[in-house]
Amino acid sequence: MILLSPPKQIDLTINGQKYSGRAEPRTLLTYFLRDELGLTGTHIGCIVGKCGACTIILDGKAVKSCLLFASQAEGSEILTVEGLAKGSQLHPIQEAFWEHHGLQCGYCTPGMLLATYDLLKRNPNPTEAEIREGISGNLCMCTGYVNIVRAVKSAAEKMAPPKKQKARLSRASAPLRR
Amino acid sequence: MHSPSTISEATLLLKNTDDSKALAGGQSLVPLMKLRLVSPAHIVDLGKIPGLSYIREEKGHLLIGSMTTHNEVATSPLIGKRCVTLSEAASRIGDHQVRNRGTIGGTLCHADPAGDVPAAAVALDAELKVAGHRKGRVIKARDFFEDVLTTSLRRDEILTEVRVRVLPPKSGGAYLKLGRGASDLATVGVAAVITLDKAGACKDVRLGLAGVGSKPIRATRAEDALKGRAPTDDLVAEAGERASEMSNPSSDIRGSADYKREMVKVYVRRAIRQSLARV
Repeated sequence: MILLSPPKQIDLTINGQKYSGRAEPRTLLTYFLRDELGLTGTHIGCIVGKCGACTIILDGKAVKSCLLFASQAEGSEILTVEGLAKGSQLHPIQEAFWEHHGLQCGYCTPGMLLATYDLLKRNPNPTEAEIREGISGNLCMCTGYVNIVRAVKSAAEKMAPPKKQKARLSRASAPLRR
Repeated sequence: MHSPSTISEATLLLKNTDDSKALAGGQSLVPLMKLRLVSPAHIVDLGKIPGLSYIREEKGHLLIGSMTTHNEVATSPLIGKRCVTLSEAASRIGDHQVRNRGTIGGTLCHADPAGDVPAAAVALDAELKVAGHRKGRVIKARDFFEDVLTTSLRRDEILTEVRVRVLPPKSGGAYLKLGRGASDLATVGVAAVITLDKAGACKDVRLGLAGVGSKPIRATRAEDALKGRAPTDDLVAEAGERASEMSNPSSDIRGSADYKREMVKVYVRRAIRQSLARV
């Protein structure tokens, strides 16, 4: 028996802005974001949780938005790829992917960016192995990952707290003063 | 889609609806639905029930709420210290995103024979606390898994807590997995716990196998090879052979049955050595 339940209102915060929309119980969060709210930056790849293209940050944690029903995200706070840049100012992770050409076709990129965002929040200075593990839930069919790994490394450097950079500079210049 | 806010509401919903499924983290159920392998008429979302996500130690046991995520289990310093086998099993599930949503209760109830945590639960003699419409009960992990994706949970029952005995002193454990890259279930997984006595002989050995049967296998005959004896290389190899004999894998996309039987030998040996190194 197929029961068609009526759509329900869903309120949530996305990229700091309040959104509401309507979704049937069976609607996946990823479709809700794209079709109901028009936030098409979140891509749909495999739709069964393997490819990671639909990765978003839900209440501070990276998740695959194809593995959630929209109703489960009621009241949550979400960051999508649209929320990374501030106006025309790219997020350091986006800058790093741009500079190191961490993409070819770009389909996996929104998911890669947000997986990187989550990784660098947990581990601001990851090794190459940790980077590869951190993005292991995201498939890229073009690049072979080499430039993506470079981009993540570079993003980590860009995002290192300025204090440390200053400390490094002053340490480097100390012998000169002596 | 039902979103109960208490356990009793949830068990009542499960009792009163035909063809219903409880939804925990959804990392197995949602893909199964997308692939049209299951299509329940009702979903009872456990995500809005407070108080099902916790990790604490009480009277020599670790108590873990069923909605605790894999990443919470994997990164808990308490579990890492008291029961590393479980930490490692949780850390090897899927990928980071999946571990952020997937729950210990969900993966146990999903009961995939190639699942990591089910094998660990069997090795750890975990006790599974279950709430039902009328009354609750505690099911031993060994009696919980019945067949592929099949548990002894009744229709109106919900797993609420996983209890694991804290490992005694002079114990070590490990979970080792052979998998095809990230996100995959185990081709072969081995959960091990070993406790040595003062003389260095194996006082207790428990081994759980993933991926090589219709449910997680407790490799009792392999355990017997080591119990009461000092773990020499020959005995460790013997345990591997016996575990392999006890396994009953099928050939599939992850490898042939013969290959898996060979890998059981290798991974049992490694898991035992790793556990011994941690005593």
